[in-house]
Amino acid sequence: MRKEEGRKKGNMNCEKFEARLLAYMDGRATEAERGEVELHLVACAECRARVEEFRRLWGVLDEAPAHEVSPAFDARLRARIAAEPRPTLLGWLLPQPRLALAMSLLLAMGAWISMIPPAQNPNEVARSEEEFRMIKDLQVLEDLDVLANFEALSEVPPAKQTEQRKM
Amino acid sequence: MARSDVQLMLGVKAGDDASFELLLEKYRTPLVHFLFRMVRDAATAEDLAQEVFLRVYRARKKYAPSAKFTTWLFRIATNLALNAIRDSRNEKMGVSIDEGANGGDAEQPRMDVADKRPGMVERMMERDRAAVIKRAIQALPEKQRAAVLLHKYHDLDYDEIASILHCSESALKSLLFRAYETLRVELAPLVATKD
Ligand SMILES: [Zn+2]
Repeated sequence: MRKEEGRKKGNMNCEKFEARLLAYMDGRATEAERGEVELHLVACAECRARVEEFRRLWGVLDEAPAHEVSPAFDARLRARIAAEPRPTLLGWLLPQPRLALAMSLLLAMGAWISMIPPAQNPNEVARSEEEFRMIKDLQVLEDLDVLANFEALSEVPPAKQTEQRKM
Repeated sequence: MARSDVQLMLGVKAGDDASFELLLEKYRTPLVHFLFRMVRDAATAEDLAQEVFLRVYRARKKYAPSAKFTTWLFRIATNLALNAIRDSRNEKMGVSIDEGANGGDAEQPRMDVADKRPGMVERMMERDRAAVIKRAIQALPEKQRAAVLLHKYHDLDYDEIASILHCSESALKSLLFRAYETLRVELAPLVATKD
């Protein structure tokens, strides 16, 4: 059933179609979305022309030149990795200083919580729970940090890393 | 069954060099292609790709598989490329990355009238097309360029690209749409003759 209302052709107007065009062309549209787009295409010659043009652009972009990786790439990378600072003996004994710190904090907190008399005021309970959560989240926060703010990580000067390992 | 990227990266984390080699084998070429199209210069692209792998290696101990590996990898690559482009733009002296490729003669196909060998014209036209396409992509604003490259050539999902470029999925879609519209206009003569 086709309604011709204003600029609406087939099941949608051309603006709505435009918003769907990308996902239709790159194949990421769902089955239902594809169906809607194709229904509009049956009714609209202009959008059919756009789809055809987009398809050709897609093919043209396939011709974009690429640079072939030089044969020395891997050897150079391996040499740079070999030059990276190796873990020291202390670093091996304490591979994750921050984790060790979190563990000792947890132990300390456990001892502290066990010292709290049973009839404490509710504010203190809330506070210690919050602190516990903070420590529990420590590892998660670190991981997020690595993902979100990657550059900061590798820019830590080597001297500081050595210092950390000595902890 | 082949191990997934995340499994390989967990292998690297555990100190397995072979896992790192497999990731290098898989992503060396895509990364260099992406970076070459971002920064326009082959040497810089390879330097930046080296830097991406180095950073992956350095972060191995802290690696946690909370995002898709490709998102993580291309986020590092995109950030490095955007920084390199900004640095080169801020340089007052010397040849910038952005001008380097366009300024140099080497990139421009030249018509040699003396050369009448058969097939020469066709080959030259082919090179010419490639150069025109390359220039059109490189003329896009950086963020649009990164979005198009990740979408068209590396097949990343909308949510991955959006997270790399720090925008919403709907913002990304309109960014991509604008970029492709620009390319359609810029490349109109090529698009018109494409079968
Ligand atoms: Zn239409």
